[in-house]
Amino acid sequence: MKKILKNDAVQSLIASLLCIILGLLIGYIVLLFINPAGAWDAILAVLKNFLKTANHARRVKLLGATLVRTAPLLMCGLSVLFAYKVGLFNIGVAGQYVAGVCASLYAALAWHWGWLPCVLFAIVAAAALGAIVGVLKAYCNVNEVISGIMLNWISLYSTNMILSKYKEEASHYTLYLSKASPKSILPGAGLDKLLGYDKVTIAIPLAVVIAIVVYIVLNRTKFGYELRATGNNKNAAKYAGMAEKRNIILTLVIAGGLAGLGGAMLYLTDIERWSVTQTSVPGMGFNGIAATFLGGLNPIGTIFSSFFIQHITDGGPNVDTTYYCAQISDLISSIIIYLCGFVLFLKTAINRGLARSDERQAAKEKEAAQAAQAPKPEDVPATEKGGEK
Amino acid sequence: MLLLLQYTLIFASILLLVALGGCFSEHSGVINLGLEGIMVIGALGGALMMRALPATTPAIVIVLLTLLAAIVFGVAYSALLAVASINFKADQTIVGTALNLLGTAGATVLVKAINTAANPNDHSATIQYIEQKKAFIHYFGSFEFNWFMVISLVILALAWMVLYRTKFGLRLMACGEHPQAAASVGISVFKMRWSGVLISGMLGGLGGICYILAGVSQWQFEYGVAGFGFLSLAVMIFGQWKPTRIALAALLFGFFRALSNVYNGIDILAALNIPSTVYNMLPYIVSLIVLALTSKKSRAPKAEGIPYDKGMR
Repeated sequence: MKKILKNDAVQSLIASLLCIILGLLIGYIVLLFINPAGAWDAILAVLKNFLKTANHARRVKLLGATLVRTAPLLMCGLSVLFAYKVGLFNIGVAGQYVAGVCASLYAALAWHWGWLPCVLFAIVAAAALGAIVGVLKAYCNVNEVISGIMLNWISLYSTNMILSKYKEEASHYTLYLSKASPKSILPGAGLDKLLGYDKVTIAIPLAVVIAIVVYIVLNRTKFGYELRATGNNKNAAKYAGMAEKRNIILTLVIAGGLAGLGGAMLYLTDIERWSVTQTSVPGMGFNGIAATFLGGLNPIGTIFSSFFIQHITDGGPNVDTTYYCAQISDLISSIIIYLCGFVLFLKTAINRGLARSDERQAAKEKEAAQAAQAPKPEDVPATEKGGEK
Repeated sequence: MLLLLQYTLIFASILLLVALGGCFSEHSGVINLGLEGIMVIGALGGALMMRALPATTPAIVIVLLTLLAAIVFGVAYSALLAVASINFKADQTIVGTALNLLGTAGATVLVKAINTAANPNDHSATIQYIEQKKAFIHYFGSFEFNWFMVISLVILALAWMVLYRTKFGLRLMACGEHPQAAASVGISVFKMRWSGVLISGMLGGLGGICYILAGVSQWQFEYGVAGFGFLSLAVMIFGQWKPTRIALAALLFGFFRALSNVYNGIDILAALNIPSTVYNMLPYIVSLIVLALTSKKSRAPKAEGIPYDKGMR
């Protein structure tokens, strides 16, 4: 039992589950305060999401819809995670994601590119945005959080400006890809038929594969080791001959690329269209932060946590609007992120408890061993006297 | 031109209040990235108070009660940051980010619930305060004077006095530079950091209510405060954590923010025919450039962001 508890992965899992349970509980209490009548139903609706419908085919389709949005969320989560392992907090993920959306839609609508070049273009554009943050951090000592936030807004407004040429005349949404440029839509590769939903594409398995690749790069390669060393102690890494400035920039380039890929993964399915009058940065990037920390800062854990976050986010609109609004799922996920701040404390507490019980056990064993050896009676008082003097 | 001056002053007041809040928190050693969320919650407190007060209430009572509500909400909300980052040594970046998300989500849920309860068909997250807003406004000719322009100046003077001329301020700053040394001469680092964060909650809350009173007379809480909390942090960094410099920085940033509101009325700028989005981006672009130029020789408090650990040297 103790051995299992000592395992870091198990500790992370316990901590994450605790965060979810506590987050739901606190969310429930907040709802009770606001309006006690529908609180329980609201929490259930959020938690059930697609399970709420009885119809099997529709349920599978709704699961598909959640999965389509999980893929970009996972990419955003991986982006945050990759940077965090190198000691950087990539809050600019939201803007990088938007840059990915902008580039992929522009390539599709203006140039009618195929899906693969569109995806690559999105990665490049978002990586460039990440590079700005990286260069500012490495050479000008600008805090990556502040510059990331500023770039989020710049990215949002630029995207609105760039895509406004390719919007529908009657609305403020961009054109449907299926009409304007069908070859830019990601291929379904049979998955769409499997789930009975034509928006399901290769993006979903691709995202999972990339999560595994990120895990391997960070934990099993020299490059990943160098990056993590830079994150643990910048000066030590520099002293050991690692190019710490290059590593910082490279990290944010990769983080940006991951987020940009996420943007392309969602918008090249045609499930959503960009509104060019949007005045707030989409929540996808920020939810990615939640997914990363809830996933215990592990790429594999992030796969599951991003599904969970998307699951409750999609459950939000099912809430009975006579009592609450869809944003209660945002409320719950932000409470969960807040609680994730306590994970370190929790882990230290578990480890301290374990160490204490180890000590106690060791002391007991020692006593038992001493008793078994049966020391000569005169030895004990002699040492005690010596100790007193 | 008068309009430009008016908007510059009101935006500078907001930035000044919030940046001074950040300044207190960082001088005590806690990075407050949650200012954005604190602003939203402060604005919520003030807006709810204005909604509750009848329009016939004397102006001075409206002003005082609204300020009080914003302060109480801001301080209470900032306690969430304090307890996590000071007592539980949590990562200040995560907690600050969580507070930003929580602020907007929480305010939206609450306001929508209140609106729906009052009128089942109303699903908006908007609070109106057309009549109550007039208590804050005075007209000098066509110049719309807002009491916050004075309030922020008073607070600037107070902040300078407290930081540099009182025992409390000097002790507070010591905790941000070298908490272990401060502790060794009998200063309670925990208390000082708590005070720093709560003061930032107070000023952030004031800045929030000031933000929603600038220009508009109703507020939609889904929109949060559009990055103003972060702009304030940029103002604080550009001001090198010193109140007087922060005031100058706030004026500069306020000017660029004001441009996006009034460029239409200025003939030269209107003639340039630059899309309005560019003006919207301007404050953020300027702050990036300014940060790139000034961050190299940063005067940031040395121990900011590092949880206080008694055993560390």
